[in-house]
This record gives sequence, C-alpha cells and structure tokens, in this order.
Amino acid sequence: MRSIRDFSHYVKDAGAGLAHIDLAVEGVSCAGCMSKIERGLAAIPEVTLARVNLTDRRVALEWKRGALDPTRFIERLAELGYKAYPYETASAETAEVEHSRFLLRCLGVAAFATMNVMMLSVPVWSGNISDMMPEQRDFFHWLSALIALPAVAYAGQPFFASAFRALRKRNVNMDVPISIGVILALGMSVVETVHHAEHTYFDAAIMLLTFLLFGRYLDQSMRRRTRAVAANLAALKAETAVKFVSPDEIAEVPVAAIAPGDIVLLRPGERCAVDGTVIEGRSQLDQSLITGETMHVDADRGTAVYAGSFNISGTLRVRVAAASEATLLAEITRLLDNALQARSRYVRFADRASRLYAPVVHATALLTMLGWIVLGASWHDAIVTGIAVLIITCPCALGLAIPTVQTVASGAMFRAGVLLNSGDSIERLAEVDCIIFDKTGTLTLPDLEVVDAGAIPPDMFELAGRMALSSHHPVAAAIAQAACAKSPLLEAVEQPGQGVRALVGGVETRLGRPSFCGSERLAQDRAPLDPEASIVAFRHGEAKYLFSVRQALRPDAKAVISALQQRGIQIEIVSGDRESAVAAAARELAIGEWRAGVTPADKIARIEELKRRDLKVMMVGDGLNDAPALAAAHVSMSPISAAHLSQATADLVFLGRPLAPVIAAIDFSRKAGHLMRQNLWLAVLYNCLAVPLAIGGLVTPLIAAAAMSGSSVLVMLNALRARRAAPWRA
Amino acid sequence: MEVMVILVPLALGLGLVGLLGFLWSLKSGQYDDLEGAAWRAISDDEPAPDVPAD
Repeated sequence: MRSIRDFSHYVKDAGAGLAHIDLAVEGVSCAGCMSKIERGLAAIPEVTLARVNLTDRRVALEWKRGALDPTRFIERLAELGYKAYPYETASAETAEVEHSRFLLRCLGVAAFATMNVMMLSVPVWSGNISDMMPEQRDFFHWLSALIALPAVAYAGQPFFASAFRALRKRNVNMDVPISIGVILALGMSVVETVHHAEHTYFDAAIMLLTFLLFGRYLDQSMRRRTRAVAANLAALKAETAVKFVSPDEIAEVPVAAIAPGDIVLLRPGERCAVDGTVIEGRSQLDQSLITGETMHVDADRGTAVYAGSFNISGTLRVRVAAASEATLLAEITRLLDNALQARSRYVRFADRASRLYAPVVHATALLTMLGWIVLGASWHDAIVTGIAVLIITCPCALGLAIPTVQTVASGAMFRAGVLLNSGDSIERLAEVDCIIFDKTGTLTLPDLEVVDAGAIPPDMFELAGRMALSSHHPVAAAIAQAACAKSPLLEAVEQPGQGVRALVGGVETRLGRPSFCGSERLAQDRAPLDPEASIVAFRHGEAKYLFSVRQALRPDAKAVISALQQRGIQIEIVSGDRESAVAAAARELAIGEWRAGVTPADKIARIEELKRRDLKVMMVGDGLNDAPALAAAHVSMSPISAAHLSQATADLVFLGRPLAPVIAAIDFSRKAGHLMRQNLWLAVLYNCLAVPLAIGGLVTPLIAAAAMSGSSVLVMLNALRARRAAPWRA
Repeated sequence: MEVMVILVPLALGLGLVGLLGFLWSLKSGQYDDLEGAAWRAISDDEPAPDVPAD
C-alpha cells in the first residue's frame, strides 16, 4: 500500500509566487555531487532555484508555487542516489546562525579597525625615535581614537554584554577583566591624547579584541556546524506518522505536522513517532527504547504508547497526547528538570581561572599605582603605569587558550563520529573516571540480529531470508537482512501471529513460531541456552532449523570496555532490563558492577552515590528512561539512535554501529584538557615575564603589541596539537 | 606635509570601503557555504540547455 506523503508542512512562501523548501541530503561530499544534484534538480521544469550548501549538506529549492509537489524532488534525488528529507530549522540553530554572523561582523569591524590603527601607530613608534613633530603625533593619535572608539563600541559588545551579565549576578567571568582592561586602556589613551602625550594604547585595545573575537568565532562556528549535522541526521530519520485525515482516509505526514488529539495508525513493523493512548486494536509493543526492557509488552485499548515504541504484531489506532498527559513522560520530565537545574552549577574552566586571575591582576595594577605614588611619582604617571599593567595582563592568551583548543578538539571528535551538544562538555569529559552504561541500545545495537547464522546451511538460510521478506514482523526483517535477501517468494503467504508458509519446488516450507513449524521440542532444548533470544523456526520438508534472533552487542563493545578499563576508568552497567539479560551482557563484557531492573529515579540515585565518592561520572544511554540520568551525570553521551529527549539532554552524541567513538571522545578530551591547562600555564608564564616590565613603567605601546600578538600566536599553535591524539584501534 | 591632507583621508576611505565590502559579502550570504564556494570557483559553468528536460 502506498499512501500519499504530505510535505506541505515544510514548504515556505518565498514571495513573488515562489515556494521554498530546504532538504537535508545524505552523502553529499564533493564538488561532483554538488553539480550533479544542482543539474538534476534544475532540469525539472518550473524549478527556479536549486542550490547545494556543501558545508551544511543541504539543498535549497524554489519553484513556482502550486506547479510541483515536494515529493518529486525527494524522488529525483533518490534517482540520483541521494537520500533526502525536508528538515525544520530548530530555533536553537537559527539563534546559533544569527550569533555566529554577529561575531563575524564584529570580527570584521575589529580587524579593519586594527589594521588602520596599526597603520597610524607604526609611524608614531618610528617617529618617536626620529624626527616626528608633536603636532603630527597628536593628529595621528586623534585619528586612531576616531577609528578605535566606535570600533570597540561595536565589536566589544559580546564581551561587554557577557561581563555585565556576570557582574549583575555578582559573578566574575573571563569577560570582566577583558572589558575592564579595554575600557581603561581606551579611556587613558583619550586622556593622554588630550595632554599631547607620547604613548597611547588604541592599537593594543583594538588588537586584543580582534584576537579574542577570532577565538570566539572559531568556537561558535564549530558548534554551529555540529548543530547543522545533528539537525540533518534528525531529519533524515524521516519520521512520519500515518494520520487519519477523515474517519476512513489516511495520509502519511511528517511528525512535525501532527498535533495532540490527532488519531494515527500504527501498523506492525512500524516505530511509533508520537506519544499517545491506544484507542483501538491489540498488539505487542517493544518498548526497549523507552524503558530498556527487552520483553514485549501487551497493548490494547487504554495502553499508553511512547514515541520510539516498536509495534510488533497487530494494527493500532493511537490518539496523540500532549506531552504532559502520559504518566511515564511526566515523571521523567519532572526528574529531568530537577537534574538539569543541579547541573547548571558547573563552572567553566575558563571562568574558574578568571576568578583567580581577575583579583590578582587588578590588585597588582592597584599596588603598582600606589607604589609609584609612594616612590614620589606624579599621580598622572602612577595611573598610566597602573593601567599599563592592566593592558599587558589583559587575558589575550587566556581568552584564546580554551576556545582554540575546544575548536580543534571538537573538529577532531567530529571526524571520529562524535557530535558535541554543549560547549563545555570537552572539559567535563576530560575529568571522567567512571562510566555508567545503559545496556539496551547502548552496549547492544538497537536492531535485532541473527546470532547463529553460521550454524545453518547457506542455501537454507537464503531460502528463509526470501520467505521472511513476506512478513512485517521485525524478527523476520532481521532474518531477511542477515540473509541479504532481495527477491521475495511470490507464493509465500503470511499467517498473522504464526509465520509464513509457501510451497518451494513442491516442498512445504514454513518460517515462524516453533509451534507453526512443528519444532517445539527443538525450541525447548534451545531456549535455556540463551533466554534473551527470540527463537524462530524454519522447516523445509523434513529439515528443521532454528534461528536465534536478539539484540547483539556492538561489534567492538568488548574491546572498547577493556580499553576503557585500562585507562583507569571504572565501568558499570545500570539497566532497566531484566536481571538475566543484564547479567549475560556483563559477563560477556567482563564488567563486574551491574544493576538490573533499575527505575529512572534509581539511576539518578546511583549516580549521586558515586558522586559522593568524588567520582566524575559519565552516563552513556539511549532510552527515554535514561534522560534524567544523562542530565544528572557529570557528562553524558547518547547514540544517534536514542530517544529524542535523551539525545537532546546528552552532552555528546555518537554516530554509527561501533562503540569506539566513546573511547575517541575520552582520548581527545583528555588531550584537550591537558592542552588547555598547558595553554593557561603558557599565559601565566608570559605574564610573569611581561608584568615586571609593566610595573617598572618600561612598557611602551610597541612592547604591548608585540607581547600580545606573540603570546596569542604561541597559544594558538599549541592548541593545534589537540587534533593529534593517538587513534585507538580495536 | 600638505600631502597628508590627501593621503590620510584616502587611506581611511580605502579601509572603510574594504570594511563595507566585507559587511556586504557577509550580508549576501557569501560565508554561508565556504566549502561549496571553494569548489564552485573551479567548476565549469554548465550549459543549461544541454540538459534534457524530463
């Protein structure tokens, strides 16, 4: 059956009689793909714009409104070999894009101002030792002021705003000493210009802002890119639901277009994309993504279903609920809110450093000023020297030390298949010494696999795979996939709840429940060996075989766990699944500590207990039931297949089937943490050299400019080493 | 030194033109897809009529 797909939700009005849609495209990686897609789409009549964005892996399309159906573009892209799907820009992403444009604008203004002020400063520096007339020097100083003051007023906004916010909360962050330094330097320079003095610091102030904005922009653009990739991945899951548009008419619509109160149809073999209540039908649900429990749950009228539940056997009608109606969700949301509030208390490394740094620097400047007065210098000279100390210590290198390392490390992690949700997760990840894994969907793969394929003759396996194609049952889908079956047997008939039967070359062939194939005895012997597996029987004439189908461990899980243990990290499994299932997984992975049948609240309790023992806990989980624990942990990680809420809560998201990204994330973040500390020490060392000069009143604007750019470049070069953590191989 | 009356405003003017150019390029979305732009510069302009309309 083929129902209509309705994408009108994503189509925007582009004005002038044009419609606009944005598609996320999978697998666009080169210039060839780009021109292939653009040509292929532009060839469709009535299309007025087809433009690929290679950075974000998206296509923007415009066409005459009403002339085309968006489905046409998706089909055309599929013909060209690309999977595409419309995406909806999350408001968070729009804000990131807006902010990163603003930072780039600030950076542009600051950089142009720096160049022009420098052009005026260099003649003054050389003129001071040759034959410049004081009038000329004053003229150049006034011009510098004319450029620097408006430029700082504009380009300094990100720092001033953030410093002001921190001060209002009676806090200190990195932007406070930066703002104070810049404002005092400019103020002093203006006063000095008025008094026809030899030295002004317009160049130092504006150059400082340029360097810092550069670091901020890099940091921001990396985060924006990660967000775009995450949004694409979410879109390409192509979550749709079959909605009743009238009592007996259905349409397949994107989940975003479904509202509470709508009634959706959930067929066997489909994953539910909404939260709601069953109003009609009977079935079994696999709720492992919700609760971690791998046993199927019976569902009939009145049962609550959650997004992510997998429908096994019967067709259900579900009424979509508002988020708060479902009881499990309400409980999880409550726990999640509490945990999130507790987490916001974490203070970033940079801000912790500046809490120490700001008072020391400001006290040094004040003492310098008082010292010179005591020694008999004039008030003017004492203040100028004090401010020179502030300028030279202005945390240029300090402000770059952390963002540059973060940018480089998150780029390296991105290539290793790890996406960052929050900016400070790298530094928290670097401190981890205990990891709690969820079992279902995290240590194991989210989909079912045939575990004993080798024990069955290949020709029989292939035949079973072709039979399986005729069934909607998820276990059958796993067998079909394992056998790489492509062509279904035309004569195969599905008997609901039993299995599939066919006559193959005149021989009666069946695939399904053991009772359906007359293999109960065999199955009874097999069952105790592996209590987790679903057993499927296959019968071809008198030959009988059994398949064990289960969620298998991720291919490299064992190697990753032992590598993590070698790194001195304590590992635990805390799962909502049954004891026998968890024990088996723990035994196979050689993990000593495990807990089964754990509720979301108990997961948090376990994390709190470990926290009290001063361990920094990382939670890795995918289920809806893990979301509160993900928020409560020091840092958290989810696979891309995780429930929406968990993925949004986790600090990091990893892609693909292997578990290796977990170890890559740990390695890169440890390396990054090490470099951040090293960079801070470099900054401290620089200050130790430069501050005595400033206190002695020996710092000229030339020395300030050289010291500042020298230390910034040094710190940035050091940060580049963050991409070179030794890669881990299983 | 009278030459400064011309040179200084000229230098500042050029700087300002550069800045305005940058802001314009930013506004017109030229920094939205840096990777794609790098490839577009070297790709051949395709003759649109050659592509058969389907």
